Order: sequence, then structure tokens, then C-alpha cells
Amino acid sequence: MSGFRPVLTEYIQEKDCHTLSFYRSIGGYTALEKVLKLDPIDVTLEVKNSNLRGRGGAGFPTGLKWGFLPKDTKKPKYLINNADESEPGTFKDRLLMNKAPHQMLEGMIIAAYAIGCHTSFIYIRGEFYKESKILEQVLSEAYENNILGENILGSDYHLDVVIHRGAGAYICGEETGLIESLEGKRGWPRIKPPFPAIEGYLQSPTIVNNVETLSCLPHIINRGAIWFNSIGPEKGPGPRLFCVSGRVNNPGVFEEPMGISLEDLIFDRAGGITDNKQLKAVFPGGSSSAILTADEALDVNMDFEELVEKKSMLGSAGVIVMDETVDMVQACLNIARFYAHESCGQCTPCREGTAWLVKMLTRLVAGGGKPSDIDMIFEITDNIGGLIDFSKGSFGKTICPFGEAVAWPVRSFVEKFRNEFIEYLPQERIVA
Amino acid sequence: MNAKNLPKEKFIFEETDKVERILSQYPDKRSATLPLLHLAQTQHGFIASGAIDTIAELLDCHPAIVMDCVSFYTMFYTKHQGRHIVQVCQTLSCSLNGADAIVDHVVDKYGIKPGETTKDERFTLMKVECLGSCGTAPVVQINTEYHEGISQKYFSELLESLE
Repeated sequence: MSGFRPVLTEYIQEKDCHTLSFYRSIGGYTALEKVLKLDPIDVTLEVKNSNLRGRGGAGFPTGLKWGFLPKDTKKPKYLINNADESEPGTFKDRLLMNKAPHQMLEGMIIAAYAIGCHTSFIYIRGEFYKESKILEQVLSEAYENNILGENILGSDYHLDVVIHRGAGAYICGEETGLIESLEGKRGWPRIKPPFPAIEGYLQSPTIVNNVETLSCLPHIINRGAIWFNSIGPEKGPGPRLFCVSGRVNNPGVFEEPMGISLEDLIFDRAGGITDNKQLKAVFPGGSSSAILTADEALDVNMDFEELVEKKSMLGSAGVIVMDETVDMVQACLNIARFYAHESCGQCTPCREGTAWLVKMLTRLVAGGGKPSDIDMIFEITDNIGGLIDFSKGSFGKTICPFGEAVAWPVRSFVEKFRNEFIEYLPQERIVA
Repeated sequence: MNAKNLPKEKFIFEETDKVERILSQYPDKRSATLPLLHLAQTQHGFIASGAIDTIAELLDCHPAIVMDCVSFYTMFYTKHQGRHIVQVCQTLSCSLNGADAIVDHVVDKYGIKPGETTKDERFTLMKVECLGSCGTAPVVQINTEYHEGISQKYFSELLESLE
């Protein structure tokens, strides 16, 4: 992978890299100038041709998503920038907002122009207060310099951008939960269809794109779809921000071509395992992905397709590394607790199931487990999120994919480290 | 979380210009719910029950609708909190890097459990889920500010420096 130059994070070490003057000095907003002279259809086509897939977690093709918008609607169209970054193990959007906020804004304006939107929102997670202040500054710079508002850069296009802070709910990262939240309701995901592209914010056609996805757009416009396709694998190309955390020497965000090997990420970029311990297991794509054992992790590239073959997923590319010292039952409980806390409570299987998982795992850790508990955990995860069978899609017991997001990782812990769960059982009960 | 048990005092927004600005940003009034709640909370450090009525009036809806949001989102408090809110992230990456010991330290030293406030009301301790800063674990958020990659010693000094 030598010769790759970071695209999205090329300038994040530079002083004042978040300012408009800096961004302009490196060619910022030239893509927007170009776009404003193009037909919006051609902009969408270029993005489609780039094969850019969403960087939020689902990996849905961005151009295709835009294409679902109705062609002849009288309703206003909305673009929402999903900056609700809250998937455990993921901290890349925060970096982009801190260090390259104008790149993100340029991407937003390009997307808004392409889909014919005149009011756009940045839904930023409530905890990111500092970042919301940076974005306020960025927007006021943009308005002052005719990059937002009426007649943007001398064109007849107008756009307003509003910063909307969330208030601490993980589920608002799910696009329909986000839309509900933006409408001033609890963040309960909606039943789909209709998809947001048809009926989203205020029942109007709405596109929700992630911060990193949008940040790719100025580069796709300036360097072209062919260039973008030349980076990484065919079915999901481009640069990608990989977050590595957990038990590694040098945790952080690493921009690499899609498809870098997980081994390189952990042992080269992230400096290997803390205290020279052995690798034990890895979340490859945020805590919603099924964990990989060390052997599996050392034999996989960070690519959408390859991770699906391993019955996991690239998700948000948030890699969490666990070493030999990590107790897998405790780690499983930690993740189950996260999901129990964050379950929005709308669907019974998820609301009840996540609480059950925490109760059972807590009891197991406390030494009160029963031998039947282990199979019971499988039963509960299957009731929340279905069996992991990618060939059948296996979604659908809950309104949103949160059900799968808890079922897959918890199940994978028990499947792959069953012995550790058995070791927690009181000895006399195993004999009985 | 029970609004009716709190004394109902009329709540008036101090920063009326901000209220106007918030309301003007959205094509639909109710979308202003979360920003108005954030604004109300900055005034007293929690959402007073009177604030719920005031916001409902501004948004032309029933107070129960506003309360629905308050009870759903973890960042809104209906009770008086300490002068500082200390939130220790406990999700996996932070937990793997010593977050649990950090919480234990506060529990031992100040004699408060997560969710409780020190007697002098200096701070309220909370264990929270992923703060989105896993690369610099363990992470603690004090009020609006993140403190990243903290050691126990640093954290201890940080708490002592709070006024």
C-alpha cells in the first residue's frame, strides 16, 4: 500500500487547518465552483460513477441513494449531514470536524446542489460541544464569504445550513431515528419503506449522509470518479478513515486505501499490541460488528466484501483491539450493557432482550450462572436480531438494525470464546 | 423524571434573541424542541418544569410532548446537578484502558456513587456510554469539555481543581 497519500486528512497537522483561509490556500471550494457550473444530474452521475459507499456504517452507495429521490416533487428536499458519531470504536468524524470542517461543508454544498436542496442540517451529537462551536465559526465564515446563503459564489443557487445538536442518544445515528429527533421527537426509528429519500424530514424527500462520505465529494469532483476508483478494491473504493483503539500502542485515526489488511492496521499503523501481549480478538467495524478471533483478524483485508465473507462487517471501520489479558465475558457484558442502555425501547425484542442479556451476563460474572445460560444467550440474540445468515439477509425482527447490532457481536463472543463463558459457571453445576 | 413533583416556577428565557434565532432556523416549529431544551438547560443547569411549559407555549404544543423529549435524551436533566458534571466513559475502549479504576477512585475518595453529587455540590459523577473518543481512552467529559488519555493522577488533580 505504499505510495498512498492521505486525501481527507492530508493537511490535519497544519496550523489553523480548520480556517477558511487555510482551506482556500490548498484549493478549497474550487470543486464547488466547478459544480455550480454543472447540471446537478451530472454531479450525481459523477458520484455514482465513483462507487463511493457511505462511510457511516451501512456502506450504501451514495449516488444510488441520491437517485431514489423523486424527480418531480413539489416538496422541498433536505440534506442532513449525519455527525452523530456514536458507534463505539469510531472517532473519525470528530477529527474531520475539528481539522477539516470546510472540506465537509464543501461536500455538503455539493451534495445539496446535486439533489436540489436549499435547507440542510448538520445533526451533531450533543457531547461534541467544542466541534459544534467550530462549525458555528465555519458557517459564519462561509456566510460572510458568499459560500452559503443567496447566490453562492455568484451562481443562482442558494443554501442555508443549520447546526442541530443531539442530546445523547446513540439511536439518533440511525437515519430515521435522526430524522425523528430533528423533528423534535424521541429518536424512534421509522418503519421502512417509505425510505427517507421519499418521505424523510417533515415527510419531505431527505438524504442523510455521513460526515466522511460528504468530505469525499470535493475530491471526487476535482480528481474525478476514475481516480477515486483507482484506490482500493473495485466494489467499494476510495480512501477510508480507520479508527484503531483498545489495547494497541499507537491508537488513532489512520487514512488508508480501502482494503488495507487488518494486520497492517493493527501491527504497523497502530504500533502493535500494548505491552507486547498476544492479539486475542478484534471488532473490525465498530461494536456492532461480529468480533474476529486473532487468526481471522490476521487473514482479512478491510474491505466490505471480505468482512462479510468472515460473517462480520466493515461497518464504521472502528477497530477495537483486545489482547490476551482481556476477559471475553467481561468484554461481552460491556458491549451488551452499552446496547441495553442505548436501546430506544420501541421494539419489544430489543428493549427486553438487551436487558435480559445484561442480567444473564452479570449473573454469570458474579458466579451464579447456569449451564443452560449459554444456549439461552443464543436464543435471546436470535430473538433480537435473527441468526447471522448474510445470504438470506436475516434482518427484520426489529424496526431498525439496532437489533442485529447487538445480536451479532454478543453471539460472536459466545460462539468464538465459549470456553471462557463455561469457565465462569460454578463448578458443581457443570458436574450436575 | 417526574415533572409534576417539582415546584412550578414560571420560566423565562434570558436570551430572547437566541430563542428567536432558533425558531427562525426551522421550517417547522417543533424541530426547535432540542435546541430550546439545550438553551433552557444552560440557564439553570437542568430543565426546570416551568421551562417545559414555556417551550410548549413557544412551540404551540402540549407540555407532555416536550417532556417526552426530556425523558428520552440522557443529556437533559430534570433535577438540580452539581456545579460540574463529571462523565466517565465506560464503554469498551475506555474500559480496556483503565476507566473502571478511575471511577472506583472517585467512589473511594469522595464517597459518592455514579449518579450522585458531592455534599458540597461541587460535582456530580456519572458513568456514561461511548463519548466517541476511543483513540484517546480513557476519556472524561467535564461539563462541555473532553479530557482525553487521562491518568488517575491527572484525573484526581482535575477534580481537585474544580470550584
